[in-house]
Amino acid sequence: MRIFDPHIHMTSRTTDDYEAMYAAGVRAVVEPSFWLGQPRTSPASFFDYFDALLGWEPFRAAQYGIAHHCTIALNPKEANDPRCMPVLDALPRYLVKDGVVAVGEIGYDSMTPAEGTALAAQLQLAADHGLPALVHTPHRDKLAGLDRTVDVVRESSLPMERVLLDHLNETTVKHAKDSGCWLGFSVYPDTKMDEGRMVAVLKEYGPEKVLVNSAADWGKSDPLKTRKVADAMLAAGFGEDDVERVLWRNPVAFYGLSGRLRLDVPVPQTQSLHEGNSILRGGE
Amino acid sequence: MTQPSFRTRDDVSAALPDDTARAWFDEALADAAAAAQAPPQAPSPYLAHPWELRFAAAGRHCGHDNADAVRALLLVEARAGLETLTRLYRHGSAAERRAVLRALPALVEGPHAVHLVEDALRSNDTRLISAAVGPYAAAHLEPHAWRHAVLKCLFTGVPLDAVAGLAQRAAGDGELARMLTDYAAERTAAGRDVPDDLGRVLNLTGEEPKEL
Ligand SMILES: [Zn+2]
Repeated sequence: MRIFDPHIHMTSRTTDDYEAMYAAGVRAVVEPSFWLGQPRTSPASFFDYFDALLGWEPFRAAQYGIAHHCTIALNPKEANDPRCMPVLDALPRYLVKDGVVAVGEIGYDSMTPAEGTALAAQLQLAADHGLPALVHTPHRDKLAGLDRTVDVVRESSLPMERVLLDHLNETTVKHAKDSGCWLGFSVYPDTKMDEGRMVAVLKEYGPEKVLVNSAADWGKSDPLKTRKVADAMLAAGFGEDDVERVLWRNPVAFYGLSGRLRLDVPVPQTQSLHEGNSILRGGE
Repeated sequence: MTQPSFRTRDDVSAALPDDTARAWFDEALADAAAAAQAPPQAPSPYLAHPWELRFAAAGRHCGHDNADAVRALLLVEARAGLETLTRLYRHGSAAERRAVLRALPALVEGPHAVHLVEDALRSNDTRLISAAVGPYAAAHLEPHAWRHAVLKCLFTGVPLDAVAGLAQRAAGDGELARMLTDYAAERTAAGRDVPDDLGRVLNLTGEEPKEL
């Protein structure tokens, strides 16, 4: 089974996770830039973070046979801090990079005017750079937040079919599907979706334009959730082709809109060949 | 040039996948040449010149196998000086940084760009480490840093074939021989294999190998 996790924050994960993900069938990931739990206070710390998403993290992923791409943006939470706003001005030089396959995560968090400004500006940047956009939907006041998000996307110059609306659930999936956007579901312990509910949504709405991700990060999360959804789909009577569609072809099609996906990562070296590698031995 | 990635414009053009890529390559070179004629004013972390955006995008437009060569030619065409090279390195993805490192011998006389080599050698990314130990490092890296670079290659699994001028610089280097011997002893004490390359470079020093 071949799995593409279209939303996972590998910066926060260990090499054990990479190993377990490879064993579970994960061969490609997209890491959206987001906030790190601790708010940043200057553009420079964003630049170091973006550089890591374009340098160290893809290198680390490749050691484990996993293709790594990223999405770059000023996230909504930190868009509320005026000290971070200059990040928007630096985005054009990042959005041309070969490893960047979308603008994201953008969207609303607390539905503030600053978030709205950053969202609209970055949808325009996506349109200008030939990139799709990963738009996260808010965790609080979800349905109103989704509708507002869809309105902003509709007013932008980015076509709906180049937008992935993420963190959807039972209450937002219908409006999201009606909008014509791609549909992202985060399967995350305790919050967001779980495997059983995900399968029920797939039964009701079908696999078309649906992407499932683990959204694993520094919170209580599970980087193998994609595989668990695949197994739950098979157990519920979905065929191999539907599983491959949701967990591989749909993310390839969506991020492929960038024209920048490269999925040809060599098979990882065996453990013994890893012996001399500094990743396995830590940072010295 | 000793660098296989440094090819002529015609060679590179012939290697490109199609006419679209060739047209893009020609335009990118023209942008770079224009920047050489009229150096644009004050670049910042927030702005990049058109040819620098092309430098970043070379992989997907020209094919990733051609990217190093295309980027090297853009640097030459733009007559990139130390300031520009430093900015492109600092703003670069790993692939862009590697291209800057590989182009250094052709672009920089003297040791002024050695800080970029040192930066790459502080990383643990083997793509950067192997690009850092090319002819520019052979010519300009001071002895202590050069010895640590050799050791780091052994440590991270970068084949010592990547180290330019290995035989010349290792010859008669007793301090390098000592470091290699100590490293071999540490590996042996831990019950690990000693990399084959270690014995090879120890031989090149011409110093008496102590007990391994
Ligand atoms: Zn996320």
